[in-house]
Amino acid sequence: MQLTWPILSVLIWLPIAAGVALLILGDRGIAFGRWLALGATVLTFAISTQLYTHFDMTTADMQFVEKLPWITAFNSWYGLGVDGIAMPLIILTTFITPLVVIAAWTVIEKRPAQYYASFLILEGLMVGVFAATDALLFYVLWEAMLIPMFIIIGVWGGARRVYATLKFFLYTFLGSVLMLVSLIYMYMQTCDAGQCSYAIADFQELPLALNAQLLIFMSFMLAFAVKVPMWPVHTWLPDAHVEAPTGGSVILAAIMLKMGGYGFLRFSLPITPDASAQLDWLVISLSLIAVVYIGFVALVQQDMKKLIAYSSIAHMGFVTLGSFLAFDLLQVNGDVRGAAMGIDGAMVQMISHGLISGAMFFCVGVLYDRVHSREISAYGGVVNTMPVFAAFAVLFALANSGLPATSGFVGEFLVIIASFRADFWYAFLAAVTLILGAAYTLWLVKRVVFGAVANDDVAALKDLNGREFVVLGILAAAVLLLGLWPAPLLDVMRPTVEHLVQQITESKL
Amino acid sequence: MSEPLLSSLNLSVASAEIFMVCAICVVLLVDVFLSDRSRWVTYALSLLSLVGAAIVTVKTGVSARETALEGAYVADPMGDVLKLFAYGTVAVAFMYSHDYLRRRGLFKGEYFLLGLTALLGIMVMISAGSLLTVYLGVELLSLSLYAMVAFDRDSGVAAESAMKYFVLGAIASGTLLYGFSIVYGLTGTLQLDELVLAVREVGPDRIGLIFGLAFIIAGIAFKFGAVPFHMWVPDVYHGAPTPVTLFIGTAPKIASYVLAIRVLAEGLDAMVASWQSMLIALAVLSMIIGNVVAIAQTNLKRMLAYSTISHVGFILLGILAGTGDGYRAAMFYTLAYVIMAIGSFGMILLLSREGFEADRIEDFRGLNRKSPWFAAVMMMLMFSTAGVPPFVGFWAKLAVLGAVVDVGLVWLAAVAVLLSVVAAFYYLRVIKVMYFDEPADSLAVEGGGVVRALLTVNGLAVLILGIFPGALIDLCARVLP
Repeated sequence: MQLTWPILSVLIWLPIAAGVALLILGDRGIAFGRWLALGATVLTFAISTQLYTHFDMTTADMQFVEKLPWITAFNSWYGLGVDGIAMPLIILTTFITPLVVIAAWTVIEKRPAQYYASFLILEGLMVGVFAATDALLFYVLWEAMLIPMFIIIGVWGGARRVYATLKFFLYTFLGSVLMLVSLIYMYMQTCDAGQCSYAIADFQELPLALNAQLLIFMSFMLAFAVKVPMWPVHTWLPDAHVEAPTGGSVILAAIMLKMGGYGFLRFSLPITPDASAQLDWLVISLSLIAVVYIGFVALVQQDMKKLIAYSSIAHMGFVTLGSFLAFDLLQVNGDVRGAAMGIDGAMVQMISHGLISGAMFFCVGVLYDRVHSREISAYGGVVNTMPVFAAFAVLFALANSGLPATSGFVGEFLVIIASFRADFWYAFLAAVTLILGAAYTLWLVKRVVFGAVANDDVAALKDLNGREFVVLGILAAAVLLLGLWPAPLLDVMRPTVEHLVQQITESKL
Repeated sequence: MSEPLLSSLNLSVASAEIFMVCAICVVLLVDVFLSDRSRWVTYALSLLSLVGAAIVTVKTGVSARETALEGAYVADPMGDVLKLFAYGTVAVAFMYSHDYLRRRGLFKGEYFLLGLTALLGIMVMISAGSLLTVYLGVELLSLSLYAMVAFDRDSGVAAESAMKYFVLGAIASGTLLYGFSIVYGLTGTLQLDELVLAVREVGPDRIGLIFGLAFIIAGIAFKFGAVPFHMWVPDVYHGAPTPVTLFIGTAPKIASYVLAIRVLAEGLDAMVASWQSMLIALAVLSMIIGNVVAIAQTNLKRMLAYSTISHVGFILLGILAGTGDGYRAAMFYTLAYVIMAIGSFGMILLLSREGFEADRIEDFRGLNRKSPWFAAVMMMLMFSTAGVPPFVGFWAKLAVLGAVVDVGLVWLAAVAVLLSVVAAFYYLRVIKVMYFDEPADSLAVEGGGVVRALLTVNGLAVLILGIFPGALIDLCARVLP
């Protein structure tokens, strides 16, 4: 079923090439440029569906593999490939980006060519991060990704955009540099073992002493925890979200945060299983703090984007919780099924949160474009003037609070079940989110959407235009589809997750 | 009688230097008879001599180490590559500076002549086979640079920095010479290849040798501009006319690298344990002081001066590893740094106008609005200098860190990367000014066609070498086996 052409390279370089073309074209040719951006992103999505249709669901091996020599001096390869964990995230990326382009269509008037180009280049880099099988290539793309995002927040952001974007860049940069030292260290270890290599697969098989594992684990943890973000290194996220333009917030929430979760699954768990087993309590407690404490923080927010940002942190807590429950389960009762269920839940939660948080940021964007305020108190009774919008907003809000039949339910449910198998109190605390999540999301909807028309701004609102309807409609369909029928996603992941559980049960000492 | 003597000197190996001396004499003589209007002849002749020197170097290139002048002169593949790189750097420096010098009425022969003599000093250092040759090269380079800093004679600031540079530089040269003399006194030789054996005989732990080494290290650190011998760097970078800053900030770095390699790695390699610990202190201090103080700067030239200090720390990291990998990494870092630094100073020259130096960070305000391409070039240069992939600066850092981790100094690598996060802040500030702020005026970018074309190539080089760094890394590996 494998393809004969290098599909992953196309997915990376097609959007980047289109982005460069847009930069050359400049603002003067933007009428054509917009269509170019849309065409390129839609084409990229169309091509990425081939990944799903040609995916072999019986193996945990890397598929659609490409391997070309890159830097021979470091034995580094241009190595690409996807498995059941990476593939859904790539499709999520290619799915969200066209929506961002559509949403910006008439909204972005300042330097539009550079705006679209940034997103296109960013898309290519993000696909590359999920597809890289070489740690050095992964790191290069992981860092390079910060550049377009830095520009996006800084140029098209809100009033405190400079502060927010510098904080975003420096925070994530600080998080990841120590990971580089760890990668170099492991490279040197592979050299000592006879075959120098930066391949992630080789790192996963590399025997490491416990002390080295602990240090490597901490450096990975710092990199990925900042990205997820986990409490207490989350403070860049609310600022970045609030100041970013709608498209930036969507990409940030829907895809960039997932890279932290992906990093845990790809690097931390299989490369440092013994250190992870030692320190799982740390990750689990931080995740539970994120779920509960950040849930309360979200409750008191006055700014819609900030509220959704905090809600993202709480929801991403499920991802880290689900990933690291595996160690607890395996240690306590050797529960392999439970471990797999936790990781399944983490993955589903990532995809689902990508759709829901993206949709909610789009909703805020729709309101912001009309009223130019993100304050909850500036709204009230939107349902009276924007009934169609209100329907979407309520749907996404319910999905965000984990209503069954939406995608938000599946991931949380799997993780909570898995935590029950480990410890009642984990499950108890995790389940608090069902109450808190509902509380802050529905209260938000109540204040913004329902009630009497609050002011003249709201009275003058116009309902969704066709463009906005398309964006929200597509997302709503995806949220419901994944909620009603998550089986295709779970099937794709199954062999990879089983393999991952197998990897983490084998000590590397 | 004279026949065998000449052939025993093996002078053909040194053809490039001999050619350069002749070329300098020609340029000097021709320049005297030129009127100010036809000064372009000096400029053209200088560029021509560089091309000629490059041809000579390629023609007489060696595939293995060869000596001349009874061991005082060495030719090896590393030297050839570094020389070619130095010619290129000097040529680019001349071309970047041309417009600026013309606009300021500074378009005089001295800049080009002093540039060429400085280059000759660099070439002598690159080919040094004995401590005396090393010293000769150091002095030739330094004296040219002192004069160059002061060559805008109406500028008080420039005169002041030249004075500082000269006084401190003279002390440093003295220190270096003192160190050499101690080593000579204990080992009885100045020749680097004999020194290797002599040091082993005397015993590398002999306190007198270590005493001499400390002075040598201080001299080298001064030429590099490493903390705590860095005081001259910000003042000279800031005070000198921008074309001179561009010159000082680029080609002499190759010389400093080669100075360290010839003296420490080749001559005193048995004392690696001693100089490693000294260099660790210098490297860490340079990275800390350079990066932290750079944050407070508002003048771009001064900021780049502190940034140089921190980069010197990184180059020293490669050297102090004391392995072939480390020297290669440091060479790669030096070359990458020169490419990035010359571009950054070139941008200042591009934006400068009559009565406007463009050397403050805020002078770059809103550049993206005025000239998206050159804003992008500067952005690439800044990200590269900060060590963010996919630009060449990242690979330079990676190579150096790899060498350091390989010898078990993981903590040093961790310190280095953490400080590079501090560095990211001040480079980002330049990008912030260009992209996020609105322009203060609506004047277009004036720079001439040559500068524009060169900067375009410069910016693309940083990107392309960042995506395909293999060629440059392999080159360093080939010439430094």
